Amino acid sequence: MIRVVLPAHLKTLARVSGEVKVEISGEPRIASVIDAIEARYPMLLGTIRDQVTQERRPFVRYFACEEDYSLEPTDTLLPAAVATGAEPFLIVGAMAGG
Amino acid sequence: MSGVRLLVGTKKGAFVLTSDGQRKHWEVSGPHFAGWEIYHLKGSPADPNRLYASQSSGWFGQIMQRSNDGGKTWETAGNKFAYDGVPGTHKWYDGTQHPWEFKRVWHLEPSLTDPDTVYAGVEDAALFRTTDGGQTWHELPALRAAKGHLWQPGAGGMCLHTIVLDPSNPQRMYTAISAAGVFRSDDAGLTWKPATHGLKSPHELPDPDAEVGHCVHRIAMHRSRPNVLFMQKHWDVMRSDNSGDSWTEVSGNLPSDFGFPIDVHAHEPETIYVVPIKSDSEHYPPEGKLRVYRSKSGGNEWEALTRGLPQSDCYVNVLRDAMAVDSLDACGIYFGTTGGQVYGSSDAGDNWTPIVRDLPAVYSVEVQTLS
Repeated sequence: MIRVVLPAHLKTLARVSGEVKVEISGEPRIASVIDAIEARYPMLLGTIRDQVTQERRPFVRYFACEEDYSLEPTDTLLPAAVATGAEPFLIVGAMAGG
Repeated sequence: MSGVRLLVGTKKGAFVLTSDGQRKHWEVSGPHFAGWEIYHLKGSPADPNRLYASQSSGWFGQIMQRSNDGGKTWETAGNKFAYDGVPGTHKWYDGTQHPWEFKRVWHLEPSLTDPDTVYAGVEDAALFRTTDGGQTWHELPALRAAKGHLWQPGAGGMCLHTIVLDPSNPQRMYTAISAAGVFRSDDAGLTWKPATHGLKSPHELPDPDAEVGHCVHRIAMHRSRPNVLFMQKHWDVMRSDNSGDSWTEVSGNLPSDFGFPIDVHAHEPETIYVVPIKSDSEHYPPEGKLRVYRSKSGGNEWEALTRGLPQSDCYVNVLRDAMAVDSLDACGIYFGTTGGQVYGSSDAGDNWTPIVRDLPAVYSVEVQTLS
């Protein structure tokens, strides 16, 4: 079971509170976690990554175990602590100044 | 009992304002979709309880919302806007060609007869349609074949912001695109042609006869006279008496012919309204006086409507989608400002009162007249 923390606006959109949990077959990778999130919460399609290009939206970040995975290839394996559920995978809205 | 429902899109959410036919006391519901930009929301003429809303965010992209109960509850609809085939390119700021990239939905125009059919005008400029209540959206790609490679974004982006459906002819529709122009289809969107003859943009376009490139801000039509169109252009207020085949200027005695919205009285097809703005570099009313101007002669002769509107130190803007009229008798007219006020008049513009004063910047105002 993978724990995922969504940004506040996406929690509202998905009508959830707190962390969400998704099942992944095999070792979790960035793309497979996003796939699972979108499958369980289809209202989030297009909000994390573009539906046509599949590219991460520019102001969305992926964090895990105090590391930034945003720029890593989407088939990157996530840390073992995320795979075991000890640590969450964080989907974060980037900071915006002004 | 009659009533009205205002659908207000703002920079930080949607608001629904309701009143009875007297239009004196208002209930405010919202913010819906708090924190998101709501460029536009609009109800189906065929089913007033069916509403559609465009919700977007710089972080999380485009969401579409649909309500089946007049805005009490909402559900997400399909939000995949994929250009037809290879997207192609349009003119970029530096003169090179640039790929079409979807950014957001600016305007929603529900079918006049089918609650499940809606047209969506998007940035980068293109026209999409759903026929299944918003679950799937498909481009009508022929519009971009109307010299789309020459369209170039203006400062506000290359947006398709206006869709006008001809109530007397389901084959005919109009679209308007910032810094591209106005286009007409006579075959339900299968083919399009520029409808810009007579538009002059000497400060923006070197070619006085350019077919595309005119910055059309808004088009309005009265249901009873669908061949007559009114236009607020970047500069100039224009009218066409032949379905856009040609345009003539009717700016007349306006203090400025720059502005964004234009609308037509519900019962008087020659009575039109605009909100003059000082200039394209000063997006606020001339002299700090918020004035709606009304012409009862289809243009050229204009009167200032000021009663109840701030007449000093007012520096708000009124955006292109932020004016609407109801169809009660007397005709009600409403507009929202970038300062967060929504003003209403229940006597065709003679007297105005603020319905709300402190919303986020208002992007759009639509009104539904309820029976």
